[in-house]
Amino acid sequence: MSVLGAVLSGDPPRGRLLSLVLALIFVGLAFAPVLFPGATALNVAAKICYFVVLAASYDLLLGYTGIVSFAHTMFFGLGGYGAGLALYNLGPSWSSLLVGTLAALVLAVALALVIGLFSLRVRAIFFAMITLAVASAFSVLASQLSALTGGEDGRTFRLPELLRPGFRLLDGPFVVNGRIIAYYLVFFSALVLFLLMLRVVNSPFGRVLQAIRDNEFRAEAVGYRTVVYRSIANCLAAAAAAFAGVLSAVWLRYTGPAVTLSFDIMLDILLMVVIGGMGTLYGAVIGATIFVLAETYLQNLMVAISHVGGELPLVPILFHPDRWLLWLGVLFVLSVYFFPTGIAGRLGVRR
Amino acid sequence: MIAVRGHAKPATHKRRRDVAPLLLVPVVVLIALPLVGSVSSWVTLTVAGLAMGMIIFIIASGLTLVFGLMDVLNFGHGAFISIGAYAAAAFAPWVAASLHADSLALNLAALLSLIAVAMVVTGALGYAFERIIVMPVYGQHLKQILVTIGGVIVAEQLIIAVYGPVQIALPLPTAFRGSLVFGDIAVERYRLIAVAVGLVIFAAMELTLNRTKIGLLIRAGVENGEMVQALGYHIRRLFVGVFMVGSALAGLGGVMWGFYREALTPGMGMDVMVLVFIVVVIGGLGSVGGCFIGALLVAVTANYAGFLAPKLALISNILLMAVILLWRSRGLYPVAKR
Repeated sequence: MSVLGAVLSGDPPRGRLLSLVLALIFVGLAFAPVLFPGATALNVAAKICYFVVLAASYDLLLGYTGIVSFAHTMFFGLGGYGAGLALYNLGPSWSSLLVGTLAALVLAVALALVIGLFSLRVRAIFFAMITLAVASAFSVLASQLSALTGGEDGRTFRLPELLRPGFRLLDGPFVVNGRIIAYYLVFFSALVLFLLMLRVVNSPFGRVLQAIRDNEFRAEAVGYRTVVYRSIANCLAAAAAAFAGVLSAVWLRYTGPAVTLSFDIMLDILLMVVIGGMGTLYGAVIGATIFVLAETYLQNLMVAISHVGGELPLVPILFHPDRWLLWLGVLFVLSVYFFPTGIAGRLGVRR
Repeated sequence: MIAVRGHAKPATHKRRRDVAPLLLVPVVVLIALPLVGSVSSWVTLTVAGLAMGMIIFIIASGLTLVFGLMDVLNFGHGAFISIGAYAAAAFAPWVAASLHADSLALNLAALLSLIAVAMVVTGALGYAFERIIVMPVYGQHLKQILVTIGGVIVAEQLIIAVYGPVQIALPLPTAFRGSLVFGDIAVERYRLIAVAVGLVIFAAMELTLNRTKIGLLIRAGVENGEMVQALGYHIRRLFVGVFMVGSALAGLGGVMWGFYREALTPGMGMDVMVLVFIVVVIGGLGSVGGCFIGALLVAVTANYAGFLAPKLALISNILLMAVILLWRSRGLYPVAKR
């Protein structure tokens, strides 16, 4: 148990129910290729993996540092484009993946630093607006510089041979092909990144962040340079988001504005973190899982409801399968008011 | 006694007026003239920029006033832009006859009625939004941002539920189509209308803020809300009023913007909000005058950049904001206490 405690940085999930749910998610993701055969299910599992990293890195800002950023998709996109364009232009090799990842990380951290310098030193509320503006300019830029980025269409690229669907490692009753290797690459990278972030928030540095969130004035008075801490948190979150972008590029074998940069994805991340639970990284896991599952499977449920209630007025409109985001939006507003600690906070009530 | 009075008066009156930001827009416009080269394109670009700037100002003024008065940053402001535009589009068929009649007076009346409808709808919704969404989270910036963003998501989805995700057309009234031609200078009529509406709103706002008792209370509330409350004025009621006016102005801006593009999309509010935030940051959070200058500056610069260097235009707003913030890190006219 102490080994597990060390892996979780001494911050295991609180409460039996929460631990159970998280264990289920972990097992489900770890054995996804066995438990849920089929391309759709594996896609959902991989998407959950990289969105967990993305949501957790966002929670580093929102839940732990108390600043709202709208540029998180920009860093996610930097990762996606960095890996994607390197694989596209330099050929499908491991070295180009590495080069792309490193370039994306450096760029993301540098950009986060510049944005932070402009906006964090004045007021945290500037940060929200400035990140929104910068992110939208970035996404316009990405879709306009089509010679480099492929414009609105994005870029489809090939992966190193080991990760291609055609590659067979094991034949027989249980086929291990490149797709499954790619899945486990995504899964273990996401796991490592998540544990690293858990380490960060439970370090003395993470405690300072929480102190700044709870009482900025006091933290400053105690002697912590809040601007410096916030900027570092911003850079760390940007780096983690860029990593998540790399993972998404590896899984999708495609990168483009719609899957990485759009404002809709920014809203998705917000929904995940808030509904899952701000201020605890486990909330990000739950939020990302619920959101991706809802996105994929909730629509089926809503089709059923709109058929059942087809006679009543308004029901077919409000329960049309495309309305799932409406209901998540309502849930989002309600959870900000009534469950600020989100699902993780509700489940994790102390024993 | 006399000496004291003589001493005190200059101290209040001689507060140096800060004029440097006022020169920004004229300077940019003049610098652009030799760069653009031809006078006719320069006039067209400038008028287009001013028209767009006025529309952005109409939208941004409400946001900045609400922030200045109550320290509430309403990310849901964008929803009122879309709702205003869609309200006008929904009402347009009722006045279609006069909207497309061949008479300036009828067209104008129809346009004004559409604007009135949009403003009433968004004003009323603003009241509900303030009561239901914003009131429970006063003083908590993080929750305000989250909850108002949630409001945008819901509003946008409701618009999609009713009108579908595709864009719908909002054609201009007959008399406002086309351009006025002076020599080789062509100026679109609707742009002149937009400039006129923007100036009227700006003048009305300045007059209200500086010449009426309500305006005095609002300005006092921006400076020190608790003191206004202590003097026996209901600052909460005042604030709800300002919130409604701000929402109605967003609705007006939405109608103007919708006619400007002659098309509506459910996400149009959020698209404009990006510009609005840049403007509000440039102007200084809470300052109406700064907001006016910021709006014109952003729109004019974007237009010139689009003409001179189209690729640069994509990030010209961000560059402009960065330059302004390097010069004045809290915006052009920061509100004193914030």
